[in-house]
Amino acid sequence: MPTRRALLTSAAALALSLAAPAGALSDRPIQVVATFSILGDMVKRIGGEHVAVTTIVGANGDAHVYQPTPADARVVSEAQILVVNGLQFEGWMDRLIDASGFRGVRVVATDGIEPIIFGGAFDPHAWQSLGNAVAYVDNITAALAKADPVNAADFHRNRAAYVTEIEMLDAEIRDIVASLPDDCRTVVTSHDAFQYFGREYGLEFVAPQGLSTESEASARDVARLILQIRERGIRAIFIENVADRRLQKQIADETGALIGGTLYPDALSGTNGPAATYLDMMRHNATTLARVLIPQGS
Amino acid sequence: MWEILAQPFVDFDFMQRALVGCVAISIGATPVGVFLMLRRMSLTGDAMAHAILPGAAVGYLVAGLSLGAMTVGGLIAGMTVALLAGFVTRVTALREDASLAAFYLISLALGLLILSIRGSNVDLMHVLFGTVLALDDAALILLCSIASITVFALAVLFRPLVLECVDPQFLRSVSGLSAMTHFTFLALVVLNLVGGFHALGTLMAVGIMILPAAAARFWAQSIGALIAIAISVAMLSSLSGLLLSYHFSLPSGPAIILVAGFAYVLSLFFGPVGGLAVQAFPRRVLEA
Repeated sequence: MPTRRALLTSAAALALSLAAPAGALSDRPIQVVATFSILGDMVKRIGGEHVAVTTIVGANGDAHVYQPTPADARVVSEAQILVVNGLQFEGWMDRLIDASGFRGVRVVATDGIEPIIFGGAFDPHAWQSLGNAVAYVDNITAALAKADPVNAADFHRNRAAYVTEIEMLDAEIRDIVASLPDDCRTVVTSHDAFQYFGREYGLEFVAPQGLSTESEASARDVARLILQIRERGIRAIFIENVADRRLQKQIADETGALIGGTLYPDALSGTNGPAATYLDMMRHNATTLARVLIPQGS
Repeated sequence: MWEILAQPFVDFDFMQRALVGCVAISIGATPVGVFLMLRRMSLTGDAMAHAILPGAAVGYLVAGLSLGAMTVGGLIAGMTVALLAGFVTRVTALREDASLAAFYLISLALGLLILSIRGSNVDLMHVLFGTVLALDDAALILLCSIASITVFALAVLFRPLVLECVDPQFLRSVSGLSAMTHFTFLALVVLNLVGGFHALGTLMAVGIMILPAAAARFWAQSIGALIAIAISVAMLSSLSGLLLSYHFSLPSGPAIILVAGFAYVLSLFFGPVGGLAVQAFPRRVLEA
């Protein structure tokens, strides 16, 4: 009996000594899992060298319809902090959390923002407004500071610098949009991912598919969009990095509108692409829109 | 009436293209479906559809969103499965259904494995399946070519195919054409399924092949009449499905297949050849 008890206590002690350094020792990075590339980029900016970020849905991936792999489950089970967007964006996440036995802290980045209700459901694409991005950053910072109090000062310093950049870009985009004439503010994209962008900066976005990339367009939706483009004289259609482009090409052919360029709604581009970070992505989207929406000759 | 039926096609280019694509697939795939049904191979269509998917997916991973690469990939995967299954059936005691099921499952598993290793996050179902509302010139040319090849091949192979339906043992005993006929026919099945993916944009492309043929079975007995009725059912289903999709804001592919399914159920009840109504009230129908 004594030997057994000794064995058990020593095993428990060993387990404790293995578990303890993760949070206590500040030189070991916090293991953070972000569900998609935009969140991953934000966590990297705030956490800096003190975090090790794993992103489940990588660059150019479609998080609406992602199917997790066992490797994802392993990554999640080992994570101390899990950052999700929330607003039902990652429908597959709850199952993954249950299956992986995740025991860390779950951060919902959209906590505290004012969601848009679209077609009876939340529109999850809240990061498309830089105002909301500050809320994202605050939620992430709070979670990191709590998990690693030793480096909290660093997180808050990084946050302050990041928020300054976000606010500068916000002003920049407002300037860009303000330069557009009032009748050139309708944009056609492939799925409704830009409602927050539109509400924030005063543009109207219309799309043939519904809110998610999962739904299939009906003939009526496409017809209505074509009529809208013809009636309003919309000159350009924008394609997205994650969606099927064939439908937009068809609509462009039929209406004589241009394909105005690629917008990044849900995912960053690769590191060499035009939207390698969240801020690059927002700037790229705004300038791409403006370049086509500004009438020729002005 | 005119406004409901024709105006969408007059006003919108994409509706015309959708209709042309559906007509092409009706002419090509439906006769193939009739022969599948007569040879008791209706479920083969579904199995082949699953066998094709991995090939198309690999084509996409190699060459991106290219109609040609995805079609060739699908053809290779489908034909490999068909040939291997046919070979095993002909040289061993294993029946066609079992060997086909075995090989299509292997193909499907292999495809999923390759896709996971390549690790693309883009939803492949959306890439592999076009939508009938976005048929560009290349897709239309592909669909029309497939329909032409199918009609030509069926015309050439008509007699041996009919013999294979009626008495495969006899054909095999009197002619060396049996194996050739069988594999050409399977190639046509694969070809039309690949076309159907582009046209209808779902795995239900099998539906436009099988449902009209099954419906026609309740209206006619001769093979010629079966094919003619099946093609008409397919075309009418396509037209009504597209119009329903237009007027009631429904996704187009499922709408077309559901109309074809409705035609099948109607035929099942009211078809003069062995329909349920005829079986229940034989005399009244004969008098009428």
